[in-house]
Amino acid sequence: MSKFNLISKGIIRENPVFVLFLGMCPTLGTTTSAINGLGMGVATMFVLILSNMAISSISGFIPSKVRIPSYIVVIAAFVTVLQFFMQAYTPGLYETLGIFIPLIVVNCIVLGRAEAFASKNSVGDSALDGIGIGLGFTLSLTVLGAVREILGSGSLFGFKFMDGDGMLVFVLAPGAFLALGYLLVMFNKLQTRIK
Amino acid sequence: MEYILIIISAVFVNNIVLSQFLGVCPFLGVSNKVSTAAGMSGAVTFVMAVATLVTYILHYYVLVPLGIEFMQTVTFIVVIASLVQMVEIIMKKISPALYQALGIFLPLITTNCAVLGVAILVVSKEFTFGGEPHLLNMAQSVVFATSNALGFGLAMILFAGLREQLDLADVPKPFKGMPIALITAGILALSFMGFAGLV
Repeated sequence: MSKFNLISKGIIRENPVFVLFLGMCPTLGTTTSAINGLGMGVATMFVLILSNMAISSISGFIPSKVRIPSYIVVIAAFVTVLQFFMQAYTPGLYETLGIFIPLIVVNCIVLGRAEAFASKNSVGDSALDGIGIGLGFTLSLTVLGAVREILGSGSLFGFKFMDGDGMLVFVLAPGAFLALGYLLVMFNKLQTRIK
Repeated sequence: MEYILIIISAVFVNNIVLSQFLGVCPFLGVSNKVSTAAGMSGAVTFVMAVATLVTYILHYYVLVPLGIEFMQTVTFIVVIASLVQMVEIIMKKISPALYQALGIFLPLITTNCAVLGVAILVVSKEFTFGGEPHLLNMAQSVVFATSNALGFGLAMILFAGLREQLDLADVPKPFKGMPIALITAGILALSFMGFAGLV
């Protein structure tokens, strides 16, 4: 598989949100606006790339019986590093995303890539895989966040282009399910159209 | 009184799945049949109550006195992972029938964000009873965790029931599978919003 393929497959063919339905909790929980979605995506990508590289380099020493707990500890360590970074440089975003930052530890995407890809491939390839999947995740969250922000508060990335509040339900909890559901319908329709 | 408030708020008003978005993966993943949904909820309830109790003790009697609260994420997930393993072993020994029913769900629970989420919420979020915000004490924490797990079970079983009916319905092709499930979940979440302001 070429280097470019490694990155591009995470964005379209193996998109973690729209194709594989992984990492649903942060996808639904943090995408109240485009900027929050983007922030959550980048935070997850940071952990994903570093944990992929670390796990790929140590997977040879870990007995296969205890590999899952070991991977989780590695991921948790990087999440703690991320928490320090965010507290220092983006305290506002850290507050908004709240509990979903520590919960990156149990994000199925991160552990899934560790188990399915990083443990069997070289450090470089694993880093590229992390970048690809991370970009796919970030893109999906930003799109979902943008849709919810446009419908829910009539703005995009914080710039208001409409008077009033918009349809508040899309910013609240049910809107997350509805927006993602209808986006998926659109993607399915487009896919059959292309084929 | 506080306990009733905690229970109602956790089960209905701030339902863990439908308004907090914790544990959405099992909510969407193992809700095809009511029986599996019930099994999963049972396993989650048990693990969540025990895990919250252990992490609560660990937080206030180990991490805080040593001043290493930043180790919270690492310690909590290790505790939960080993606890799940331990529960699995003990259950297998003591009650093979229960193990048969819940066993396959147990490994999945380690990566269920609801368990870690509730453990973190209990020691970090301030709750308001009688006008004054304060952190939960030990008994309240366990009640909070158990009622959150019940809320998870309620959402899960309701949703599984709806999905069993959906299988029989004639759904347009692009809606088949996940999209219609998500939209159903959205409507379910919408109806749970009716409880807002109850507490």
